[in-house]
Amino acid sequence: MISAIVDYEFLQNAFASGLIIGLVAPALGLFIVVRRLALIADALSHVALAGIAGSLFLSQNVTAFAALNPLYLGIGSSVAGSLLIDRLRELYKSYEELAIPIIMSGGIALGAIFISLAQGFSTDLVGYLFGSVSAVGREDLYTILAVAVITILFIVLTYKELFSMSFDPKYSRAQGISSRALNIGFMVVTALVVAGSMRIVGILLVSSLMTIPVAAAMQIAKGFRQAMLYAAVFGELSVLGGLFAAFYLDLAPGGTIVVISITILLLVLGGKKLAASRSAARNEEVETGEL
Amino acid sequence: MAEPLIELEDVSYRYGDTSALEQIFLTVEKGEFWAVIGPNGSGKSTLIKLILGLIRPLSGQIRLFGQDSSDFREKEKIGYVSQKSNAFNRAFPATVREVVRSGLVKKTGLFRRYPADANEKVDSALAAVGMEDFTERSIGDLSGGQQQRVFIARALISDPELLVLDEPTVGIDRKHMQSFYNMLGRLNREKGIAIVLVTHDVDTVSELVTHVACVNRSIHFHGPHEEYSRQEDRIRSEWYGHAVRRVHHGRKAADA
Ligand SMILES: Nc1ncnc2c1ncn2[C@@H]1O[C@H](COP(=O)(O)OP(=O)(O)O)[C@@H](O)[C@H]1O
Ligand SMILES: [Mg+2]
Repeated sequence: MISAIVDYEFLQNAFASGLIIGLVAPALGLFIVVRRLALIADALSHVALAGIAGSLFLSQNVTAFAALNPLYLGIGSSVAGSLLIDRLRELYKSYEELAIPIIMSGGIALGAIFISLAQGFSTDLVGYLFGSVSAVGREDLYTILAVAVITILFIVLTYKELFSMSFDPKYSRAQGISSRALNIGFMVVTALVVAGSMRIVGILLVSSLMTIPVAAAMQIAKGFRQAMLYAAVFGELSVLGGLFAAFYLDLAPGGTIVVISITILLLVLGGKKLAASRSAARNEEVETGEL
Repeated sequence: MAEPLIELEDVSYRYGDTSALEQIFLTVEKGEFWAVIGPNGSGKSTLIKLILGLIRPLSGQIRLFGQDSSDFREKEKIGYVSQKSNAFNRAFPATVREVVRSGLVKKTGLFRRYPADANEKVDSALAAVGMEDFTERSIGDLSGGQQQRVFIARALISDPELLVLDEPTVGIDRKHMQSFYNMLGRLNREKGIAIVLVTHDVDTVSELVTHVACVNRSIHFHGPHEEYSRQEDRIRSEWYGHAVRRVHHGRKAADA
């Protein structure tokens, strides 16, 4: 494997991108999960689908778009979608969740239209839907790297405020933290990570990379920082393991990555249960004095 | 020397067509301990939200620490414990330390890291509420009363001069309630922190507070605790009776 990575540029691209995404998606995902916004990540990925499909369609029909990397329109539409969701949530203040199905179905609808208009990009499209080991180019890698730098800077610079806002929005407003500006920033960064991750895990499975490692981490972490650390570790294990399996078994990496992350979640749940029953048994021994 | 921390002058507020507060006058001075009482829906939380600047008055003026509330930026001078602060998601992964430290967010400023002495501040804020043994515990594993103490510590960590609490004992059993209120009394006496406490437990706090304000859309009484006790029967009968009249309208506590 190592020698294959050294030999093939496409593998370097895929594994480097995977390493970046495996860290960034679960780290941001922790905020998404505790703020109960997991569905938003899902909606944004479907908006990204519209951008990707639109770009693939245009590249067939308009020469100016022929050489354009679909990732850019994917990112653009996902960011636009995130701003739209924010507007809709303001508009329907007491029905905030209404924004999600509207944007999600809008994304799928546009995607469906572009897909049926165009003929013969099914292999490209499958790569975007379920991820790909072989299709990640240098340009994709650099774009993903840029997304990661922006995301990490955002998290590091606003960590205090993000934590406070996630834990207790009312209190953080009473402290005078501008939740609106922070929220918009957060949504845009989420859109960037969603679009950046889809090259590796695929549009349909992006949100699971942001949520499943977090779900496992929250089972065992005591604090927020610890949860972020565990989530990143589980994310990396899933992505690297998933890419490895996908390469050797010739499978879509989105599928293998998510299956591994669910396996990790199950192991964590099982391990936790085992530890609990052991300590319960130990307590019983102490109580009955049979030590 | 009179040093008003909160001044409300002829303040009114409405939600859409629902009038929540009308012509409120209230002055809270340094070191005072106010109990704000009133039936459900009487506007107590609205009063608190106005004081905190979470909502703006429809008419009238609010001054905090002598400044107009819309210009007031030193939010760290006011510690806040909300009505439902322990209604957060119990599975939220955060240690007690992380929660208490977040009380320094405003004081630290955007884009900056917590100061180097943040950990010591967390320890002493937790010691002030008797929770120093729980620093590294997960917030979700604590009882309701313990969580509420942690939220007080979060409010205390920025060294506030004023503590505002909206029904902080909801969900705490009676046994722990008394010790919780006693702790507030200690903070008030020993650290000189002014307190505005919205509560239903008038009898439990009567020994501790210096002033009482009775709210029911308008303020029906406000003044020193002794005077409230003297007039309690009358206030209560007027208050819960059907013919609700306003008394002591616009009378300042400081005059008493
Ligand atoms: N966000 C809101 N929108 C509309 N009406 C509200 C809102 N918050 C409170 N009210 C109304 O304002 C009145 C005062 O409410 P509140 O200040 O919460 O009372 P209290 O805290 O004393 O129970 C009530 O009639 C309540 O129904
Ligand atoms: Mg209330």
